[in-house]
Amino acid sequence: MAAPKTVQEIDKVVIRLAGDSGDGMQVTGDRFTNATAVLGNDLATLPDFPAEIRAPAGTLFGVSGFQLHFADHDILTPGDSPNVLVAMNPAALKTNLGDLLPGGIVIANTDAFEDRNLAKAEYTSNPLTDGTLQDYQLFEVPLNKLTLGALEGIKGLSQKEALRSKNMFALGLLSWMFSRPVEGTEDWVSRKFGSRPEIAEANVKAFRAGYAFGETTEVFTHSYSIKPAKLAPGTYRNVTGNTALAYGLVAAGERSGVQVFLAGYPITPASDVLHELSRHKSFGIKTMQAEDEISAAGAALGASFGGSLGVTITSGPGLDLKAETISLGISVELPMLVFDIQRAGPSTGMPTKTEQADLMLAMYGRHGESPLPILAPRSPSDCFDIVLEAARIALKYRTPVIVLSDAFLATGAEPWKLPDVDELPDLSRVFEFTTASNHESGEFWPFLRDPVTLARPWAIPGTPGLEHRIGGLEKSDGRGDISYDPDNHDRMVRLRAAKIAGIARDIPAAEVTGDADADVLVLGWGSTYGPIRAACRRVRTKGHKVAQLHLRHLNPFPANLGDVLRSYSSVVIPEINLGQLLRLVRAEYLVDAHGYQKVTGAPFKAGELESVLLHHLGGAS
Amino acid sequence: MPLTKKDYTSDQDVRWCPGCGDYAVLAAVQTFMPELGIPRENTVFISGIGCSSRFPYYMETYGFHTIHGRAPAIATGLSVTRPNLDVWVVTGDGDALSIGGNHLIHAMRRNVNLTILLFNNQIYGLTKGQYSPTSELGKVTKSTPFGSADYPFNPVSLALGAECSFVARTIDSDRAHLTEILRKASKHKGTKFIEIYQNCNIFNDDAFIALTGRDTKKLNQIRLEHGKPVRFGPNNERGVTASHDGTLRIVDVEEVGEDRLVIHDERALDAAHAFALSRLSHTPTGPTPIGMFRQVDRPTYEELLDRQVAQARQKGPGDLNRLLRSGDTWDVVA
Ligand SMILES: Cc1ncc(C[n+]2csc(CCOP(=O)(O)OP(=O)(O)O)c2C)c(N)n1
Ligand code: SF4
Repeated sequence: MAAPKTVQEIDKVVIRLAGDSGDGMQVTGDRFTNATAVLGNDLATLPDFPAEIRAPAGTLFGVSGFQLHFADHDILTPGDSPNVLVAMNPAALKTNLGDLLPGGIVIANTDAFEDRNLAKAEYTSNPLTDGTLQDYQLFEVPLNKLTLGALEGIKGLSQKEALRSKNMFALGLLSWMFSRPVEGTEDWVSRKFGSRPEIAEANVKAFRAGYAFGETTEVFTHSYSIKPAKLAPGTYRNVTGNTALAYGLVAAGERSGVQVFLAGYPITPASDVLHELSRHKSFGIKTMQAEDEISAAGAALGASFGGSLGVTITSGPGLDLKAETISLGISVELPMLVFDIQRAGPSTGMPTKTEQADLMLAMYGRHGESPLPILAPRSPSDCFDIVLEAARIALKYRTPVIVLSDAFLATGAEPWKLPDVDELPDLSRVFEFTTASNHESGEFWPFLRDPVTLARPWAIPGTPGLEHRIGGLEKSDGRGDISYDPDNHDRMVRLRAAKIAGIARDIPAAEVTGDADADVLVLGWGSTYGPIRAACRRVRTKGHKVAQLHLRHLNPFPANLGDVLRSYSSVVIPEINLGQLLRLVRAEYLVDAHGYQKVTGAPFKAGELESVLLHHLGGAS
Repeated sequence: MPLTKKDYTSDQDVRWCPGCGDYAVLAAVQTFMPELGIPRENTVFISGIGCSSRFPYYMETYGFHTIHGRAPAIATGLSVTRPNLDVWVVTGDGDALSIGGNHLIHAMRRNVNLTILLFNNQIYGLTKGQYSPTSELGKVTKSTPFGSADYPFNPVSLALGAECSFVARTIDSDRAHLTEILRKASKHKGTKFIEIYQNCNIFNDDAFIALTGRDTKKLNQIRLEHGKPVRFGPNNERGVTASHDGTLRIVDVEEVGEDRLVIHDERALDAAHAFALSRLSHTPTGPTPIGMFRQVDRPTYEELLDRQVAQARQKGPGDLNRLLRSGDTWDVVA
């Protein structure tokens, strides 16, 4: 046995796993994330997978990656550049090496660096030996051989199946290297492969072998440990944005007493919300896989007509298809939630990559004058809270609400301090079903509005005496009969707009964080929160003053937004689109804000935003 | 006090063209509704867009006039979440079979508990006279001055192909027959698809004259009766026999003998028999079957979903606290 190795304490690390899409990199990453979370580190993840389900092995376009940033303090992004790269093959090395920090660690599966794979990765010589890696610390690990060796003698296990466990060997090695606990992973393996004992055994054995390899081999001289982060006291778990959206829906149902009905049509990266919610029927929730997006929106609206909270979930192209139904929802003034998990477009674009370019579609992508509330979560766990807020607004104002999440939030994970369920907003108080006539004549008028909220009554089928008809034809103000009267249409258009605008009185004022006396304000929305915040921190540590404002309500904007924006001499708006919030803000407030845009399918890096801010702060970058 | 037709008549002006077949269907439905004994507040009419889709405004029930072609989808969402309601869909041939074809077939496939009234006038009424997916090949309209080049759907064949559990055809002007079909539909659980030949006297007058004309109707209406040989004609002199290839043929009974006639079985599990009957005529210019084509029992979509919820709740209702705390959690202490 080798001498005990030293453990070096570090404050944070960014690890990237990269391999073939069949190598199990996402599973390995997820598992490592969970083991890390349990230790109490703060963390953020960035899964990055190819659009192909099973791209040909070894190819450059088939590389699947998973990045994890964890630290002993609170962090805001999955990290700009990894410190450690696990490369399962040459293609993984080639596509990821450029991001690795100088001096960073490369753990390479040497078994995969043979001629055929090198050729597929378009290497003319072997990067492990030709000097390519001279600025890095290279650890060569024959993962295939070691895995096969560790699994020898397991009955009923083919060589192919054995080789598939090499990701678990890598996970074991990383677990040793970063002092992660092993018990959770072993339990997880037996749960996951319970029905195939030989596979479960193989995975556990490979995992243990990887761990032992780290401990004993001469290759590694020391391991690392990272203390738990000082997070606020409470119970935590990891959560991705999509899971948080689904949980938010469960919570919205529980806290409103209204049945949740979700209809969706599979589309990346939204499908997981449908998958997750479909498992929770014990809450009385019903889900439906519709024949298309139009049907999903229609079914949701039909459910809302019946007194449920109708929800539909989709990604970019699906939102296009739902537009007509959302317009109808606006016309008949019924509550409805529409989640759009934005992805890179137009059209199919890059379906597995992130973008925040559907803001204009959400804002204006319908015919006629058809305003509706738009919300955007800023982190994976905020997806939970945003659903409750969206449900509150939808139920109270009887309106469809669009929630703009994105691919980065959808699959990225972070620790989530679990809320006290009893302290979640009580949504049963924000609305009631109408059960009696509402007009002095004794009649029921379906478009007689609440004078404060301007919401119309929600009288649902099954209520005696309130039989009425709604539809997309313009209705007369109050009584709700079909009306082609020009003045009435003008009035109804303005009333619907005023209802949505009035929500500004009912949402939190825009709150600026950072330096009160800064000249520069950084304004953002949605998933750019973390990178923007991290960049602000960096420039402040360099002695600059900067203020940050991050919008969760995009329509209507918070009532004080104009005043806030005008109180800074310079406003910078970074977005993963070509300036959509920028345009809205300029149009609405006549503020000469500056945009910074990038649309590469990836989230911003804190470092690039730091340079942008330094530029605006007049400092050298 | 029992309800009457008047109780089902809303205070809205009915605005179809004078002479339109829609009036007759509205009157028949309003007259039939009290017979159902379903509280008026539990009845919902949902429609798409088209002349016929104005229908819900005229019914003193709950109603939802939606968007073109999507009524089956919207009705599905309502019926799934409120299975105790009596949900009707009113649609036209353009609405249901062009823009809404997808939703229609999927509602039928799922066996959603809906009564779908398809008003087939073989034309687009509301947009003033373009040909529809049931118009005959070569139809000359504003959008097809040289005749349409697409072949029509046969709605009954389509419904059968889409696994619909209740398929019938009737005629706007035949109040007794229409009511009889509605009565049968009211006893069926699942999707009731009822094609109603409806005369659009403005843009496609007399499209169904073969079945409705005083002189021609006896010659051409093949009234389907469960368990009886398929026969028709003024003196029941014509009948339907099966060919070796499985198709059906119209024959003179005297020539082939009564024993050779097919016996109508609307309850046949295999839709082949009903389908073959539906192929006897395509657009009704000659002998055309009218009545019940098929009625089979199958669990509804609503029942299957309710069952899943009930099963999931056997171990008790969901617990939000437990759900949020599922998976790996850890505690941070102060
Ligand atoms: C999305 C959309 N496309 C087109 C229209 C125009 N439109 C209204 S009704 C209709 C056709 C109606 O024909 P049919 O369903 O046969 O009904 P009918 O009017 O004959 O009763 C069309 C094309 C529309 N309202 N919405
Ligand atoms: S256009 Fe035809 S279908 Fe429409 S109301 Fe007039 S007659 Fe009836």
